[in-house]
Amino acid sequence: MAMTTFKRIIKAGFLNFKRNGSISSAAILQVVNTLAIITTILLLQAVLHSALTQIKDKVDVTIYFNVGASEEKITALKSSLEQLPEVAQVSYTNADDALKLFRDRHESDYPTIQALDEIGTNPLGAYLNVKAKEVSQYENIANFLKSDNTLVLGSTSIIDKVNYHQNKQVIDRLNIIISGAQKFGFLLTLYFIISSVIITFNMIRLTIFISKEEIGIMRLVGASKMHVRGPFMIEGAIYGVVGTLITLILFWPVTSWLGRNMTDFLGINLSSYYLSNIFQIIAILLSSGIILGIISSSLAVRKYLNK
Amino acid sequence: MIYFNNVSKIYKDATALSDVTFTVEEGEFVSVVGHSGAGKTTLTKMILAEEHPTEGTVFFESINVNKLKSKELTKLRRRIGMVFQDFKLLGNKTAYENIAFAMEAVGRTEKEIKSDVPHVLELVDLGHRASHFPSQMSGGEQQRLAIARAIINQPELIIADEPTGNLDPVNTHEIVQILKKINDLGTTVILTTHNRGVIESVNKRVITMENGKIIRDTKHNK
Repeated sequence: MAMTTFKRIIKAGFLNFKRNGSISSAAILQVVNTLAIITTILLLQAVLHSALTQIKDKVDVTIYFNVGASEEKITALKSSLEQLPEVAQVSYTNADDALKLFRDRHESDYPTIQALDEIGTNPLGAYLNVKAKEVSQYENIANFLKSDNTLVLGSTSIIDKVNYHQNKQVIDRLNIIISGAQKFGFLLTLYFIISSVIITFNMIRLTIFISKEEIGIMRLVGASKMHVRGPFMIEGAIYGVVGTLITLILFWPVTSWLGRNMTDFLGINLSSYYLSNIFQIIAILLSSGIILGIISSSLAVRKYLNK
Repeated sequence: MIYFNNVSKIYKDATALSDVTFTVEEGEFVSVVGHSGAGKTTLTKMILAEEHPTEGTVFFESINVNKLKSKELTKLRRRIGMVFQDFKLLGNKTAYENIAFAMEAVGRTEKEIKSDVPHVLELVDLGHRASHFPSQMSGGEQQRLAIARAIINQPELIIADEPTGNLDPVNTHEIVQILKKINDLGTTVILTTHNRGVIESVNKRVITMENGKIIRDTKHNK
């Protein structure tokens, strides 16, 4: 009995969807709008995320050592830094390499090279390059370096300077921008999702408003609430499924164009991002579309069912 | 079968029914006559509990219809077949599906639907219209379809609210004959109309209403 009713409800849902051609198309278009906004936001977040990662990657702190500082002490400091939970990576450049890099960098700067040659010895010390996991953690690392005497005896004496304090302002500002961008992105996402959900909800309500009289007739004929509401919910779910398919198909050429032409500008290949995350995107769109369709329909019908 | 006890219905500033008392016995054919606004439609809506009385009670057999919960009300409505002036057919369903829907609503099987629907469509002479939508049918055909839908579940009572209001005399005559046939087969019928000709052709008990009151009931006059 329940199975028969279920089958009938599904059949009626599909039949209504087919017969309400123009209304169904309008509802689907609106669902596509919502899902397109959600997809755009997903892609924008990927762009934002990759941009932030790249910026974060460029931030580091360099510890310059005095000329002639013993490699043993530097290695001890390096390993104690590596044990800090905030530290992602520490790379060591010895004095010879530092000189070589300096020469390479100033290859075309003749006076500098000449001055170096005149000195005869290597005026540069070794240095450690420290990358933190989060931009906000550089402060802790800098503090650690100030107080590290207890950990590695005498290491302060070998440190010439730490460029954190020079970079501090830039790092702090970057920190504010990153957290601001994340908050702003979240609020914008929330705004677009809520507004398009409300619009879709009302669109579906309108399609059901047209059937208001039919709902009343069905009740008069003795149909149970579920028997009346069911087909509308199925119709809503169909809007969601068809809307998802259309959105997925629309974004395929869009992302592949962006991947071909905008990868350098955006810093991420959206085409490969779209394709490699396609199953997650399908899951998000399908569930949003179906839930939106079913809930809107069922709420809208409820209004007329109780009359 | 139906008992109205001192029923009044007062809307904000208009009285639709005023102290109405009458009973309808099983198997009766009762015509309710009166001008528009006399309270005929309000009366039928009271039986289906679509409207609630301001005062008084309405009973269907031993059930006080105004005390029913949503589910019980659905069950009650399944025992009553309704026919309306504006047909109230489901516009996006074919003639066949309109009747099938009423059967599905009460939980009849596919087998029953397949055997009964063509039969009842033949009964109201619409066998050839099974796959047509209401918008493709004439007023008379739509009303015959509405009657077919009303009787498909063998209700104990048929309420026909101005069923001939939108029809020409030929179709009106047909509809009245169908209702009489249904009554002859044992179903109670309540028919509201403002058409004297219809009452004369039915030639059964007539309740006359005016301004929400019963001013004459041929049952008591006979």
